[in-house]
Amino acid sequence: MVVTDMPTRIVNQRPKTFEPITTHYCPGCTHGVAHRLVAEVLEEMGEIENTIGVASVGCSVFAYNYFNLDFVEAAHGRAPAMATGIKRVYPERTVFTYQGDGDLASIGMGEIVGAASRGEEITVIFINNANYGMTGGQMAPTTLPGQRTTSSPTGRDVERQGYPIQTAELLSTLEGASYIVRRSMHSSREIRRAKQAIRTAFEVQKHGMGFSLVELLSTCPTNWGLTPVDARKWVEERMLPYYPLGDFKVAAAVADLKF
Amino acid sequence: MAKVLMKGNEAIGEAAIRAGCLNYFAYPITPQTEVAEYLSRRLPEVGGVFLQGESEVAVSYMLFGASACGARVFTTSSSPGVSLMSEGLSYITAAQCPAVIVNIMRGGPGLGGILPSQGDYFQATKGGGHGDYHLLVLAPASVQETVEMVMSAFILAEKYRNPVMILGDGLIGQMMEPAELPPMQPLNTEIPEWAVRGTQGGEKRVLTSINLDPPAQEVMNLRLMTRWQEIEKNEIRYKEYFMEDAEYVVVGFGTAGRVSLSAVRAAREQGVKVGLLRPISLAPFPNEVLDALSEKVKAFLVVEMNAGQMLEDVRLVVRGRKPVEFFGRMGGVVPFPDEVLTEIKRLVEAPPTTQGHPRDRWLARLAETLG
Amino acid sequence: MGFKHMIDSDRCKGCGLCIMVCPKNVLEISTEVNAKGYFPAYQAQPEDCIFCTACCIMCPDVAITITETIEDAAAEKIKRGSNG
Repeated sequence: MVVTDMPTRIVNQRPKTFEPITTHYCPGCTHGVAHRLVAEVLEEMGEIENTIGVASVGCSVFAYNYFNLDFVEAAHGRAPAMATGIKRVYPERTVFTYQGDGDLASIGMGEIVGAASRGEEITVIFINNANYGMTGGQMAPTTLPGQRTTSSPTGRDVERQGYPIQTAELLSTLEGASYIVRRSMHSSREIRRAKQAIRTAFEVQKHGMGFSLVELLSTCPTNWGLTPVDARKWVEERMLPYYPLGDFKVAAAVADLKF
Repeated sequence: MAKVLMKGNEAIGEAAIRAGCLNYFAYPITPQTEVAEYLSRRLPEVGGVFLQGESEVAVSYMLFGASACGARVFTTSSSPGVSLMSEGLSYITAAQCPAVIVNIMRGGPGLGGILPSQGDYFQATKGGGHGDYHLLVLAPASVQETVEMVMSAFILAEKYRNPVMILGDGLIGQMMEPAELPPMQPLNTEIPEWAVRGTQGGEKRVLTSINLDPPAQEVMNLRLMTRWQEIEKNEIRYKEYFMEDAEYVVVGFGTAGRVSLSAVRAAREQGVKVGLLRPISLAPFPNEVLDALSEKVKAFLVVEMNAGQMLEDVRLVVRGRKPVEFFGRMGGVVPFPDEVLTEIKRLVEAPPTTQGHPRDRWLARLAETLG
Repeated sequence: MGFKHMIDSDRCKGCGLCIMVCPKNVLEISTEVNAKGYFPAYQAQPEDCIFCTACCIMCPDVAITITETIEDAAAEKIKRGSNG
């Protein structure tokens, strides 16, 4: 912060809910961006004293170190179930989960489908970087055909290893889901749009309109073996065609939501 | 207070509500599904939360989430479902959250059968899930005892910030017995100082169980163990019957203990000086009373509806001082009192030994009986 | 009206995304290593900076802060709309 005897207006700075510590995320990893957006949105909505976050297992396992919010740590894949337990018992709290590919789309598929189909009034931030980051870059349900990972070293073979799961599309078929969108964080323009979507998602929860999920295409420079700059290009060129950005489910009430 | 004729499973549900627990997450599994069916009607009547989760795995984490907020919450399941909850119970204990789980045991392993067994003793008392932790395990033998246990389970869980498991079986769950239901306890609306609640302008609270720094994790483990020692000191529960002049002691918990009581009564009528020790807290195990009996009596007969699980804990305490024999039925078969009486008489008449393993002798006899 | 652009070089991991996204090529990687062993970004051509905040938005470590010193309160009032 600038100490000056002149009145100062903040144009852009770290939100105070995002703790001022260096994150353990790799250089160029867009987890930091997603964290910042969630922190900014919750601050702007005045919800930071009313929010309980559910951290999951992945690179973001220590997410609670970076937010000045109450948090619980779920087991791998179970964050939507924990969030359900919290929200059902304390419906006036704002509850969100923050999950990665393996957590949400592999081991946790039962829980996310359960929560979405029940229309649990929680918000899910889903970080899709097409691999299992924390454990060293294995194949994920979101790994693209032909993509090399440490458990698909010759490239994902769809014959033997199947096709990736398009999670936003999948969940949007559920009647119980109210707001399912996919955004990206590979450019500042897309990051701005992502923030709007995250804001909408939390507003859906605040207005009691049901289940909201924002899938965020993210970079993983380390496990993709690319520089941060090339990694964001990889998102643009390789991920966008398979994971198109868009609004896959917007319930009628959500479409009319003004905030 | 008047007694009500109630099915065990329904009594469990009603007792929880009377204990001030209005949050229940569960998944159907025989032979305890009636709890969920009963509460799906009853909880909305009292403004509580009822949710059928998508699996026992999910349910164990719904339990964790609600418990992390300081709310009274419980679930019921049966053996295979409890296996699925094992990871969750490890997490809940590690995060020091209170929760109550009722296991209405059925035949196993695997998909097993739907009739009663006691095959989950090891799982319950030695942890079930991974890591160094213990559940406080209580075993009722009647619907009335179950009701009282449910009432006290929440208090114990909150006192020690540790999950409590009530280890029942399909017989207790399914049978109907008269039970006195306690009055509604007042609801506790205060959020404990360790629970997550949204910072509300205060310091943030994080409930987690990951600790990548080994010395720090060890401190955590030590805290859990120290708490367990407190529980061991304060929460031993058991009942003794016909023990003053007993020369032989039958040891049995839950339904096996209840059946054994009938056998012990019959044996007494025939002049056999036999008593019954019925552990009620299985973890912590009533080591001291058993240790004292080991000095006094001639031999023990352990009766269980499994292949000899509590048997191991009894043998450990007796440590070869006196013979310990075993009788069990498995797979959902419930022993009859006269079967146990036959075993008591065998213990008294044939010279028992401390050599070999009682399980082997029992298995040989069982194989013969079953042809 | 003075805008200030500050990079917290101890927070910066030298990922280069801000450099890529800057429309005016203001930023470059420094040759001086920071406490964590990274080579942080810095304003090589600060005079070209238009304070568009693209770098702030892109930075995964939220290491960049832009503030505006208000010299003229009246002018500031006229300008006041959203605050970034």
